[in-house]
Amino acid sequence: MARPPANHPLLEVRDLRVEFPTRRGTLVAVDGVSFHIDPGEVLGVVGESGAGKSLTGAAIIGLLEPPGRIAGGEIRFDGRRIDNLPYEQMRRLRGKEIGAVFQDPLTSLNPLYTIGRQLTETILTHLDVTPAEARERAIRLLQDVGIPGAERRIDHYPHQFSGGMRQRVVIALALCANPRLVIADEPTTALDVSIQAQIITLLKRLCREHGTAVMLVTHDMGVIAETADRVAVMYAGRIAEIGPVRDVIKTPKHPYTIGLMGSIPKIDRREARLAQIDGAMPRLNAIPPGCAFHPRCPKAFDRCRVERPDPIHVDRSHVACWLYDRDDVRVGAVVDE
Amino acid sequence: MIAFVIRRLIQSVLVMIVVAFVAFSLFTYVGDPISIMLGQDYTEADRARIAAELGLDRPFFVQFARFVANAVQGEFGLSYRLARPVDELIAERLPATLELSLVAAIFALVVGVPMGVYTGLNRDSWLSRVFMTVSLIGVSLPTFLIGILLIFVFAVHLGWLPSFGRGEVVHIGWWSTGLLTVSGLKALILPAITLGLFQMTLIMRLVRSEMLEVLRTDYIKFARARGLTNRAIHFGHALKNTLVPVITITGLQLGSIIAFSIITETVFQWPGMGLLFIQSVNFADIPVMAAYLCLIAFFFVVINLIVDLLYYVVDPRLRADRGVAGGHTG
Repeated sequence: MARPPANHPLLEVRDLRVEFPTRRGTLVAVDGVSFHIDPGEVLGVVGESGAGKSLTGAAIIGLLEPPGRIAGGEIRFDGRRIDNLPYEQMRRLRGKEIGAVFQDPLTSLNPLYTIGRQLTETILTHLDVTPAEARERAIRLLQDVGIPGAERRIDHYPHQFSGGMRQRVVIALALCANPRLVIADEPTTALDVSIQAQIITLLKRLCREHGTAVMLVTHDMGVIAETADRVAVMYAGRIAEIGPVRDVIKTPKHPYTIGLMGSIPKIDRREARLAQIDGAMPRLNAIPPGCAFHPRCPKAFDRCRVERPDPIHVDRSHVACWLYDRDDVRVGAVVDE
Repeated sequence: MIAFVIRRLIQSVLVMIVVAFVAFSLFTYVGDPISIMLGQDYTEADRARIAAELGLDRPFFVQFARFVANAVQGEFGLSYRLARPVDELIAERLPATLELSLVAAIFALVVGVPMGVYTGLNRDSWLSRVFMTVSLIGVSLPTFLIGILLIFVFAVHLGWLPSFGRGEVVHIGWWSTGLLTVSGLKALILPAITLGLFQMTLIMRLVRSEMLEVLRTDYIKFARARGLTNRAIHFGHALKNTLVPVITITGLQLGSIIAFSIITETVFQWPGMGLLFIQSVNFADIPVMAAYLCLIAFFFVVINLIVDLLYYVVDPRLRADRGVAGGHTG
C-alpha cells in the first residue's frame, strides 16, 4: 500500500471534450467531463451504452480511434499533463504507469503467441530486467491472478484457456509493470455471471495489494456498489452525478441516477414490473439543448430546456441538475422562474 | 499432426491419379497415335500388329495402369515431334522454368510484402497512393504486354538487358543454371519481373488489406495499451497474423507462376517447359503434353502440401493438442 502523500490527485481530468468529425458535422461524444482519481482509489464509471464512458477511458490512455480526438480540456497524470504528449512518450506511460483491461478477454490476446511471450515482452518493454527475470516475474504474476500450474501454463496459447482464465491473463498483463492506475473497461461484460464476481474480486484484491488506482467502467451497478469508492454517472457524454458510492446509491440526487437506481430489481421486494426510465438516451447528433436528460426527466422545468447545468456541490456529491441550484446551495440564485 | 500429413498425402495421391487419367485420356481421345505413326498408307494388319506391339489392344484400364506405372518412374514415352524420350526433354527444360519461377516468386514476395505493410500502415500517404495506383496497373495489364513494354524500354531503347534467351548457363550435373553467370543473371531480370509483377501486386494488395484488418483487432489495441513499441506491434503482432492468407495465396501463386510461365517464356523465348509445351501443342505432341500436365499437377500438389504444413508452423490453434492443453475453451 504505497500511497504517496501527494497534494494533487493521481489522475485529473478537466473539461474533457472528445469529438468525432464526420461528413455531416462534428459529433461531441464526451463534453466537459471533469473528475479526479486519488492514488489507490477505485472510481466506478456507469452509464448506458454510448454515454461516453469507454471513450473517456480511451482518451486517458491516448488510444482514441481516429477520427476521434480530444478537442478540449486537459488530462493530468501525477500532476503532469498527458493529453498532449507525443506518441512515443505516451507509449512509455501506457502499460508502465497506466494499465488497461478491455471488455473481451477472448480477443484481447494475440492468438499466435504464448501468454508467456506476451507477458515477457510487456515486462521487457517497461522494466530493466533480463529475459530470465521477466519470465520469473511472469510466472509469479500468473500465480497472483490465480492460474493453476503457472509454470506449465505460461507456455500455452490463449486458445488453451477458458474465458475467465483469459481475463485473468489480461489482468496480469495490465498489472505486469506495476502501474499506478488501471483503466478497466467493462472487464466482466463478456464473461459468465458466475465468473464475473471472481474477476472483480481479483481485480479489487490485486489493486489494493499494489496500491493501484482503478477507473472501472461498467454498466453493472452491482459491480460498482461492491468495488468502487466513488462513482461517476454519465449520461450523453456528460457526468450527471459523481460522489461517494454509498451516497450515490443510497441517496441519488440526479433524476437520472434516481431512475437508474429504481430500475435495479430488488430481491426482497415483489414488484409487478421492472421500473424503467421512459425513452432512450439521445443519439450524439440529436442531443437536446439545455440538460440532455430533460426530455426523459419527470422533474424537468423551463430552465432545464434552455440552460445546460454544470455539476454543482450537493452534500458530498457533485450533481449536474438545476433542481439543486437553489438558494441553499448557491446564494442569490433565481429559483423557479 | 502425423495423421494429418498422412491424410493429406493420400488426398494428394488421389489428385495425381485423376490428373494422370486426364493426361492419359489425351492419347485416346485427341488423335490416334497409330495413324500418326503409320502415316497415310497402312493395312488393317499393320495396324493390328502395331497395336499389339504397343499394347494398345489391351483393355483400357490395363493401359492406364501401365501409363501410371511408367509415369511414376518419370517415363512418358517418345515425343512425336522430336523423337526423343519425353523425360529427357523435360529434364532439359525444367531448370530454366524453375529458376525463372523461383526468382519471380522471390521478387514478388520481397517487394510485395514490404509494400503491402507500408501501404497498410500509412494508408493516406502519397507514396501509398502511388503504390496502389501502380499496383492497379500491375493487376490489370496482361503479362505479354508488360513483357513487350519491358523489352522495348530496357532491351531495345536503353540496350541494358537482353531481350530473349537465357544467356550463358553453367551445367551442374543435369541441372543447367543461369544464376552463376553475369549474362545469365542479366537475362533473368526482365522475364522474372514480367512473370512476378502480377503476383507482386496481388501480394501487396493482400498484405495491405490483411494489415488493415488486423490493425483493427482488439489484440492490437490491447498491445498498444500495453505500451509495446510500434515496431513490435506492426511486425511482431500484426504482420504475423496476416501470414496465413498470405502463405495460401503465395503458395497457390507459385504453382500458377510455374504453370503460366508459358506466356512469359514465349515472349522472351525462354528455353523452359512453357515454351516446350506451346511448341508441343502446335504439333499435337501428346506425350509431351501429358507429361507437362502431370508435372504441373505434381508441383501444385506438393506446394499445397507445403502450404498446409506451414499453417501448422504459423498458427498454434491448428496444432492444438487438446489432451495436453488441459484447459477448456469457450
